[in-house]
Amino acid sequence: MSGTHEHGHHHREPESVLSLRVRALESLLVEKKLVSSEAVDRVVAAYEQDIGPHNGAKVVARAWIDPAYRARLLADGTAAIEELGFGGVDLQVVENTPGVHNLVVCTLCSCYPHALIGLPPVWYKSFEYRSRAVREPRVVLREFGVDLPETTEIRIWDSSAELRYLVLPERPAGTERLAEAELAKLVTRDAMIGVAVVKPPAAAAR
Amino acid sequence: MDAVPNREIADMKGAAALPRKNGELVFDEAWQGRIFGMTVAMSHDACFAWRNFQSHLIDEIGHAERGGESTSYYERWLHAFEQLLADKGLLDAGALDERTREFESGRRDDVF
Repeated sequence: MSGTHEHGHHHREPESVLSLRVRALESLLVEKKLVSSEAVDRVVAAYEQDIGPHNGAKVVARAWIDPAYRARLLADGTAAIEELGFGGVDLQVVENTPGVHNLVVCTLCSCYPHALIGLPPVWYKSFEYRSRAVREPRVVLREFGVDLPETTEIRIWDSSAELRYLVLPERPAGTERLAEAELAKLVTRDAMIGVAVVKPPAAAAR
Repeated sequence: MDAVPNREIADMKGAAALPRKNGELVFDEAWQGRIFGMTVAMSHDACFAWRNFQSHLIDEIGHAERGGESTSYYERWLHAFEQLLADKGLLDAGALDERTREFESGRRDDVF
């Protein structure tokens, strides 16, 4: 860049001036067809609401195809996600099995492994979810469409500022031939919170 | 696609990291969201590579901090974006000043 700063920001401008300047800028860029106000709206909505469960899905898919990675992930989640370039969070990964289903909640506020699964959904932050997930998890899960047999043990993990949890969902049947990237596409945010199970590709497409 | 957030943008580190509260982006005022949205939308449309903007932003933040300025993150973002557009020949600073005066005086009143 030029290194010259002739646009006069040596003093703090009142916010209203900034707001006017940004409106003027948008009006010029729209006029030049460099951007549309609808595109700006879409971007803001997308980034405000959900930065996506992309990283967590990669972690899950890797664990599904690589038993050694799966073992490291369950033993030390923090170190194992760093292997894939994700960090900034102390993480414990809890594994779903045919007899055990894990559910993550933050009863105090809304602690959440957002580096891995994006922004928390609104319901995760609701008082209702935070209290009922602990009190009546089986009912809450049924409301999310997960109907577990009575014999399945449900474990609740209460996130905190110090430690976040991620559910390692069960790999769906019929996915033996899928490559890692395809597996990652099946993994949803809700499955990594524990309020959903991962569906096989045919069911997921429906 | 606009609806899919780009990790390169969402996960910027260090001084350039997007202001967040409990993981969510924070826009203290509406114009901050607009300038964020314009920049991201134009990079999605390949008007410029994100890393170009990011390096302008880092330079701008460094400049402001060395100067002890109390400007907000998105004010610095705005300056960096203006600089980038000028460098790319996409915006004439004089035209922006003039357009701003038109909004200020009420001669224009488009709402975004």
